Amino acid sequence: MASQEILREEPSRGSFINDPKVRGIFFQAVVVIVLVALVWWIVQNTIDNLTRLRIASGFGFLRGRAGFDISDSAIAYSSDSTYGRAIVVGFINTLIVAGAGIITATIIGFILGIGRLSHNWLIRKICMVYVEVFRNIPPLLVIFFWYSGVLSVLPPPRESINLPFGSFLNQRGFYFLRPIWGEGSWLILVALLLGIAMAWFVARKARQRQMATGQQFPVFWTSAALITGLPLLAYALSGFPLSFDYPKQSTFNLTGGFQVKPEFLSLYLALSFYTAAFIAEIVRAGIMGVSKGQTEAAGALGLRPGSILRLVVIPQAMRIVIPPLTSQYLNLTKNSSLAIAIGYPDLTATTGTVLNQTGQAIECVLIMMVVYLALSLLTSAIMNVVNARMALVER
Amino acid sequence: MKHIAIGILGAAALGLVASAASAATLDDVKAKGFIQCGVSTGLAGFSAPDDKGDWQGIDADFCRAVAAAVFGDGTKVKFTPLSAKERFTALQSGEIDILSRNTTWTINRDTALGLNFVGVTYYDGQGFMINAKKLPGVNSALQLSGAAVCVQSGTTTELNLADYFKSNKMEYNPVVFEKLEEVNAAYDAGRCDVYTTDQSGLYGIRLTLGAPADHVVLPEIISKEPLGPAVRQGDDQWYHIVKWTYFALLQAEELGITKANVEEMKASDNPEIKRVLGQEADTKIGTDLGVSNDWVVNIVKAVGNYGEMFERNVGSGSPLKIARGINALWTKGGLQYAPPIR
Ligand SMILES: N[C@@H](CCC(=O)N[C@@H](CS)C(=O)NCC(=O)O)C(=O)O
Repeated sequence: MASQEILREEPSRGSFINDPKVRGIFFQAVVVIVLVALVWWIVQNTIDNLTRLRIASGFGFLRGRAGFDISDSAIAYSSDSTYGRAIVVGFINTLIVAGAGIITATIIGFILGIGRLSHNWLIRKICMVYVEVFRNIPPLLVIFFWYSGVLSVLPPPRESINLPFGSFLNQRGFYFLRPIWGEGSWLILVALLLGIAMAWFVARKARQRQMATGQQFPVFWTSAALITGLPLLAYALSGFPLSFDYPKQSTFNLTGGFQVKPEFLSLYLALSFYTAAFIAEIVRAGIMGVSKGQTEAAGALGLRPGSILRLVVIPQAMRIVIPPLTSQYLNLTKNSSLAIAIGYPDLTATTGTVLNQTGQAIECVLIMMVVYLALSLLTSAIMNVVNARMALVER
Repeated sequence: MKHIAIGILGAAALGLVASAASAATLDDVKAKGFIQCGVSTGLAGFSAPDDKGDWQGIDADFCRAVAAAVFGDGTKVKFTPLSAKERFTALQSGEIDILSRNTTWTINRDTALGLNFVGVTYYDGQGFMINAKKLPGVNSALQLSGAAVCVQSGTTTELNLADYFKSNKMEYNPVVFEKLEEVNAAYDAGRCDVYTTDQSGLYGIRLTLGAPADHVVLPEIISKEPLGPAVRQGDDQWYHIVKWTYFALLQAEELGITKANVEEMKASDNPEIKRVLGQEADTKIGTDLGVSNDWVVNIVKAVGNYGEMFERNVGSGSPLKIARGINALWTKGGLQYAPPIR
């Protein structure tokens, strides 16, 4: 008891100034005060300068009428909408192109990464050349490559390339049929959801059965049949309520149908193909990081090579792959702001236009920074959850 | 990307610039020895680098005129090429001293953006250009419903475009780029059917296209685009120098003072010419403005009068061959009019 008391008092023996604890708190307080003062000074200076230069400030401008049109919008938007809505349109476009890009880049990246470790010399070399080429070109060039490719290789609207199912390809983009849902088509949706639910249930049961008895069940084919068959059945039962809006030729362009613009197409393809090269390297590293003994042991148990990859190697590789994969996803999202070079109306482009039309530079740059930061944090958070679920479960 | 950088830089500059002395642009300009002039990235007739890299055009010459007024030397100018989106931030943050870049004078820019327009160096209006080879039947903008229209972002052009199609109940597909060269390339490649911008700009851009003769400018003018130089608010002296440089160019033309005859004109008996050229005894006109009394002589020696500047850059002496039209002096039925220099 007594000795403990002495021990606890020991640090404060001697001068008060020499107490490391006090000193620690003191220096931390100094840093905080300096930081706060700096921020305050910057904010104050900004406000002073804005008033001196007679530039309006505040976020009230977001409610003003935008007055400009945006080529691609997932939500209702016209020149009568507000500046705020224009920014939201840009934000959704960023989400769409980044989301689609992430999915495609992941798929291509995994195929390439596995291909680089293939036993087949040709596949291995093709994948290697791909990775080396795309990894070493700036993303902006890849985007321009696709964009000028689309514009210069494809024909003008009057000479569109006819594709199956009434779709067309020309300089103005890719046009395909747009379904028009007639009366009773809700049944199809219900059937689709039911199909998915049943497929999930079958998969679960099959897994349980395999755990218990070792017997396998053709889950993939059953699910595919359920997910396509049920909606088709509903379609027939509800009296074929679906019709299509076909793209057709008019004075200037094709009208009707669904149009994917070349700006989106080239940005999406460029981001996917560019990022896939990095993902491929991450996947390769992940697979090589799984010790060879694992593969050999699985082989000794009699698993086929495909199953070894799917059941033994990839799940372990994922633990190595996910953290760097997250930063590739963040990169892809941030690279999507290169959209501005080819006129795809993403967050940067529309906010930039708002900035210019209103002159609210500080506010608009702030909005962009906060939104990209939030997107990045959200992506990281999601990937952290995935990572936690992938982590080694000790049994 | 670049405009974000400028935006952030601009924001940072607005935040950090020492708030005191920067109001006196004239002193800053004199201290550094040249005027920093914001121009376009290359619009023939207004501001575009020639094959030697020297900036040519009516907007570039205007900055030379101001330099001549301030320094007695029209070459003391440095040019900063700016896209439509970058231009206002560049002026607000003090990166440039004058914005002379085919910029339309609007109330919003004159008030909320903290700028002051000094006058209208070129009265313009927005027009449309199409490829007549590809679209033979089209001869009016009212036939453009459903067209894809190329336009530069951050301009009054994209706003007028939206208004025009809306009020005529027509549809269109905007194809919007930030940089002029991107708009040009997309139009040339056939990404859009129509190019829209200030009509003078269309004539300039047409010259840079693959086959200029294939393209026609449609007759409709859908807006008023008074183009002129702008400075920052809150510095009246600088504002006056730039504004009166513009008036001096007009006044010189009205009085028949040209680059060739300005030295002779100094000996003129006409009291008005003497006054304008600073030959009146004990004159204070120039010094009151903050420049030397022979400022108009210097301006005309550097770039000529307004009419000479016009013809050389966009008129009969240039490939654009634009007629004076409403840009003629008021004495010739145009809109160009200067208050008296006295
Ligand atoms: N006068 C309009 C449009 C001016 C404008 O930027 N026009 C384009 C097309 S002619 C241009 O000059 N671009 C040159 C550049 O971006 O460097 C405005 O002030 O908003």
